[in-house]
Amino acid sequence: MLHQKRAKTGLAIIVLTLLSHASFAIPVQEQKALDPIAEEKGLNISREVDQRDMGWTDSTADMLMLLRNEQGHESVREIKIKSLEQDRDGDKSLTIFNQPRDIKGTAFLSYSHVGKADDQWLYLPALKRVKRISSKNKSGPFMGSEFSFEDFSSFEVEKYTYKYVGSDASNGIDSFMVEQYPIDENSGYTKRVVWVDKQDYLIQKIDYYDRKNSLLKTLSYRNYQQYLNKYWRADSMHMVNHQSGKSTELKWKNYQFQTGLKDSDFNRNSLKRTR
Amino acid sequence: MPPLNITKTVAAVSLLLSHSASSAEFEFSGNIGIEDRYFFESGLHTEQLEHSQASLSIEPELYWSWNKGRDNLTFKPYYRIDAEDSERTHADIRELSYIHAADDWEVRAGIRKVFWGVTEFQHLADVINQTDGVENLDGEDKLGQQMLNLSLVKDWGIVDLYVLPGFRERTFSGRESRLRGALLVDEDKISYESGAGDQHVDLAVRWSHSLSNYDIGTYWFHGTNRDPILTSFQEGDNLVLRQYYEQMDQFGLDVQATLGDWLWKFESVYRDSSTEDFWATQAGFEYTYVGIFDSAADLGILVEYSWDSRGEGDVNSTGSSYQNDLFLGSRIAFNDIQSSEVLMGFGTDLDHNAYSFLVEANRRFGDNFKASLDIRFFQSSTPSDQMYSLKNDDYMQLSLEWYF
Repeated sequence: MLHQKRAKTGLAIIVLTLLSHASFAIPVQEQKALDPIAEEKGLNISREVDQRDMGWTDSTADMLMLLRNEQGHESVREIKIKSLEQDRDGDKSLTIFNQPRDIKGTAFLSYSHVGKADDQWLYLPALKRVKRISSKNKSGPFMGSEFSFEDFSSFEVEKYTYKYVGSDASNGIDSFMVEQYPIDENSGYTKRVVWVDKQDYLIQKIDYYDRKNSLLKTLSYRNYQQYLNKYWRADSMHMVNHQSGKSTELKWKNYQFQTGLKDSDFNRNSLKRTR
Repeated sequence: MPPLNITKTVAAVSLLLSHSASSAEFEFSGNIGIEDRYFFESGLHTEQLEHSQASLSIEPELYWSWNKGRDNLTFKPYYRIDAEDSERTHADIRELSYIHAADDWEVRAGIRKVFWGVTEFQHLADVINQTDGVENLDGEDKLGQQMLNLSLVKDWGIVDLYVLPGFRERTFSGRESRLRGALLVDEDKISYESGAGDQHVDLAVRWSHSLSNYDIGTYWFHGTNRDPILTSFQEGDNLVLRQYYEQMDQFGLDVQATLGDWLWKFESVYRDSSTEDFWATQAGFEYTYVGIFDSAADLGILVEYSWDSRGEGDVNSTGSSYQNDLFLGSRIAFNDIQSSEVLMGFGTDLDHNAYSFLVEANRRFGDNFKASLDIRFFQSSTPSDQMYSLKNDDYMQLSLEWYF
């Protein structure tokens, strides 16, 4: 009886191990099958994108989010975002909602991490309640938009593995094409294909492939502006969902860098206070 | 709060503002809501309203900030007018508060609301504000509380020190109202253990911290018990309940462990007053399935259990209504443009036959309207159970709020 039980447990462990391998299998094999030079080049391009955007310290910006359904009906969200760069970890950010009016004052605090789950808190002003929330939900839509939570989390080189797949100038800008495979198994994507322009290493376009490896969304960056003679930010980001026909446009305003924000602007007290 | 005080306060606020208005940022927002409750059966008592209860509420908010948001002032009055229940027609200052924030400390002064706790079906640890009992059955609506609060941000957590001058009595439904006990609560003849009456200065200190996946809070509160002891008195021809507010010391602890899709929640309090001392606990979990049926919707499953050392009420003591109760709930967030959400909950007393069932559904319409549908059912076959008096009060409530 006891032996039988043991045997069953053993079997269960094997099945579990196989399953967890299977979820990694597709991207890993796809990469490994190809030459390490492409991996190295993909990594280097992505690292260069990251490196060129380092040192901004902190930033604040206002974002207008325009949600459009298949019929072209539009809905607006007005959001303020404050971010604080971290040297050896993911960034800290505070997101404050101003519209729609029924959620005005709602705020979202996030400490993003490399190699472990992000810490996230939500402040609900009607109840004056701060709720720690699960950050495992990466693939879910952000505020009913075509952006998911992970689309908003800060880019860290360690979050992906890479493959350089070639050059493309079809949109008029000579760009590298790099495939990025998320390491986190909770990601909603099997891969992202990123177009990085060869001159300034700015992301021009991203194709997102869903868990079934079919093309889900395309994000296009428009009207890059340079701040402090160094940091480039797009005025407009347009996400189109090819499967649902819906789209979301982000319009950025009032970008400010090195405003003097500190760690103390990103704690549970400031979460309750900031507007 | 008497109307005179409101006028005075508004005058004081406008005076204060005329000084700082030049550099201040000002925001005006708020909401106006209309609701109608429909009770399926007639009430247990003949004087109670028959079926329909309409009501209108308004809650504007005026907000000023200056000094890059490091100083701010909020004024949020509240008014509800109810077509049936004169006690539910009431005004309150939900907030009239000034905040000054420095890097590692913050001072908050005025009338405010503070929430402590992590669980969903009962808010045991939440002790600072008095319940605005006429608003809703769930006790989540609170009256503004006068306070001076110093908040210190340390590497080892946030320490909040509170001085709470003055006390607010709980609001109770009137004669015509449904969702009330058999006896009416006298709103005038109120007594206190403390010689200072409703002017007793309460104190509280709380430490809270996030340690990796754990969010922990613990506090000590000394002052007037927000829960009154209700004792029946003969007033003329009527038997009524009179409120008596004791002094108490309360220790509280709330912990949430956020482990992947699981949120583990625990709240416990120890309360010591002249007539009783007891422990009570509310604990459970919330598990979320992300993207059910290949959709964008999330399904949350909630399970919570309540325990109270006082046990059930008997001839010698009132006991506790959450002494051995189980709660099950599910929350569906559709994650659509309208933020549609449906919450269902079921609560049952494991010691005797009593249960309640609720549905709360809401969604946004356009950019500025929100519609909600609330349904509540109660069942109890034990006359001594507190829910017995609600057994005919099953209702459906439709409300529409306009946000500006």
